[in-house]
Amino acid sequence: MESLIWLIPLALFLGCVGLWAFIWAMRSGQYDDLDGAAARILFDDDLKKGD
Amino acid sequence: MSHIGRPLCAHCGAPSTTRFCCTGCEGAHALVQGLGLDAFYRRREGAEGQLKPLDPPRADFASLASAGKGGAQTLELMVAGLTCGACIWLVEQALAAEPDVLHARANLSTRRLTVTWKGEAARGNELAALIARLGFRVAPFSPACLRASEDAEGRELTRALGIASFGAMNVMLVSVAVWAGSDMGPDTRHLMHWLAALIGLPTIAYAGMPLFRSAWRGLRAGRVNMDCAVSLGILATTLMSLSETIRNGDFTWFDSATALLALMLAGRVLDRAARRRARQSAAELLALQEGAVTVLGEAHHGPLAVPLERVAVGACILVASGERLRLDAVLEEDAALLDISATTGESLPRSFIRGEALVAGGVNMGAPFVARVTAAAADGSLAAMGRMLEQAEQARGRFTSLADRAARIYVPVAHVVALCTFLGWWLLAGLPWQAALVPAVATLIITCPCGLAIAVPAVQVVASGALFRRGVLLSSPTGLERLASADHVVLDKTGTLTEGRPRLLPGGWTEADLRLAASLAAASRHPLARALARACPDVSPAAGVVEVPGAGLVAGETRLGSAAFLGLPEDAGMSLYLARPGAAPAAFRFEDSLRADAAAAIQAFRRAGLGVELLSGDAPDVVARIAAEAGITLFTARATPEAKAARIVALTAQGRRVLMVGDGINDAAALAAAHVSAAPAEGTDLAQAASDFVLMGGGLLPLAEAVERARRAQGAARQNIAFALTYNLIAVPVAVAGFATPLIAALVMATSSLAVIGNALRVGR
Repeated sequence: MESLIWLIPLALFLGCVGLWAFIWAMRSGQYDDLDGAAARILFDDDLKKGD
Repeated sequence: MSHIGRPLCAHCGAPSTTRFCCTGCEGAHALVQGLGLDAFYRRREGAEGQLKPLDPPRADFASLASAGKGGAQTLELMVAGLTCGACIWLVEQALAAEPDVLHARANLSTRRLTVTWKGEAARGNELAALIARLGFRVAPFSPACLRASEDAEGRELTRALGIASFGAMNVMLVSVAVWAGSDMGPDTRHLMHWLAALIGLPTIAYAGMPLFRSAWRGLRAGRVNMDCAVSLGILATTLMSLSETIRNGDFTWFDSATALLALMLAGRVLDRAARRRARQSAAELLALQEGAVTVLGEAHHGPLAVPLERVAVGACILVASGERLRLDAVLEEDAALLDISATTGESLPRSFIRGEALVAGGVNMGAPFVARVTAAAADGSLAAMGRMLEQAEQARGRFTSLADRAARIYVPVAHVVALCTFLGWWLLAGLPWQAALVPAVATLIITCPCGLAIAVPAVQVVASGALFRRGVLLSSPTGLERLASADHVVLDKTGTLTEGRPRLLPGGWTEADLRLAASLAAASRHPLARALARACPDVSPAAGVVEVPGAGLVAGETRLGSAAFLGLPEDAGMSLYLARPGAAPAAFRFEDSLRADAAAAIQAFRRAGLGVELLSGDAPDVVARIAAEAGITLFTARATPEAKAARIVALTAQGRRVLMVGDGINDAAALAAAHVSAAPAEGTDLAQAASDFVLMGGGLLPLAEAVERARRAQGAARQNIAFALTYNLIAVPVAVAGFATPLIAALVMATSSLAVIGNALRVGR
């Protein structure tokens, strides 16, 4: 049972990291355009500047 | 490609006999290739015929650009026609290729394009024109678009869902240990209980807020809604779990409370996302219709594009050919020809003379004219109509949805049962009150209308998604339920049953006549000239065409125009004449014809058991002919807007549930008065605002099918409710008897919810 002293805080910590990541993703607008994000990953071309 | 054997335009993908369907597409294709972006054509999917470059955008984008730091300008645009990843790629790359553009980012979900450049604000117009040349329609990102896409409440729900899911999963971790740990000592169990409380309490306090607030609003309005039951269940469970934690009972129920919360929030987030998508599409349509008004400056020099709401009384405005008059005004020109079908339903354009009052909503069918504004946008007839509609909307807000009706009966019963359980165990069986609370709260959790609360939203999400794919946008939360119960359909004629724009009729002209006339007509924006050009799309425009405003077109010896222009006797109806040396004048007659699927839609309505009626402001002979063509026996002509609304009220008084379909300003009152209403996407913004459904893609048949689907959805919702109730009938005695453990509660909840969602998914097929 002593292992609980480590395991429970560890589990909670990892859970909190996940929650933080979710809130961060939402704040930075990553859920704003789910359709676009799905397509964007396929376009690897660099932006070209016309001259 | 799946279109082998059917020649398609190389740019827009519309059927075409030549490589390009029009010169606009040819130019767009050259532009895309010139930018080295032709990979677009391989990557895009499904935008068939949507990319046809149209007229340049009319709005003045330069005045909308906002200056940032370092001389950078930012412009927000709504880009219609963004359908796939390739489209956003093309738009972003084309803009990024401009040397002064710093940043361009398109959002595929909201169709919002943010472009930032260094330099003059006036560049905004050129950048917008560039996108228009590619074949996308651009409009300023209007406040309505912003309202539709900026969804603070939706974001809060998503955040609450994230936190509730996190809480539920972590509490479950601890709870499973308690359920499985029969050899667990009391001290360890106590620790576990406190851990569950540590995670559970803040989760419920934060993530439960959206539900609690809605329940509180309902209570204050004197109504018991579903959220009320859910909130009470969650709160009671939490308090009981806290008491069990303190006295170190066998189980706590924090896992049930948090899981229930997460499930409720998930349903709500999905429901909202589906409705938001519909709202955005509707706002997009309206943004395309909006646009600046051209105001003539002092002493009639320097026309200025001014946003509608900033045009003052007494200003002189220029109304271009084919433009909709958006303000009440008096005519300053000798004569003008306006299509006033949107305000009266008349299909023939009417002439106005100098000094006559023009009502907002008419479309200029003749030469550009000047008019003096008599009322600002906020005081005009359109705004008055808008205010009246709001009142009608509020009246309709009293409609009680199926879920709420179920809640009204179910909630008191469930609470009485829970109370009796508590009193029974406490007073009759002699348990201490804390222990008696356990079976009572277990009853509350089991009866907590989880399946019930998700029964209707699940069906709504699936059904509205299916309708969306068929071009029917649902904009009101209870629209689907009302559509399912409709038993009588009232249709407007112009623009609803008919296409609302002139179409060439067969007549005494030859193919050569048509080609010649179309080559001239291609130079004009007059609605009849456009109808001619549409009838013969592969003709290249003639050179040296001169337009005589309001009269006709001249190219050398050949002339195309009204009867008066060519010195021929006047006739009623819409017609154009072609005159050339050495040949008799050829007459082209036009008519506003029935939509292609109108007759099929009427039949489908009848099959669904709806009575069909035509209500039009047009002349009796025209209405009678269209009614006969569409197969409608019941019709009324010369109906004023008031008469239309009165007819709807009369039908309602007879106990009918009326589905009203209309597009005009004159239909708006009737649309708002009806049990449920729909407007075509090309209709006026007022009609769309007054409607529950907006029909994209210009057909009535999808609406007739939507009735069928709404009924199936309603059936599935009823099944779901019945199912959830049956489930409770079995589970409640177990809980009342005190046999329910958190494990059983969790199982009951999960299985009933899954069953209900599974049933809802059938509606999507």
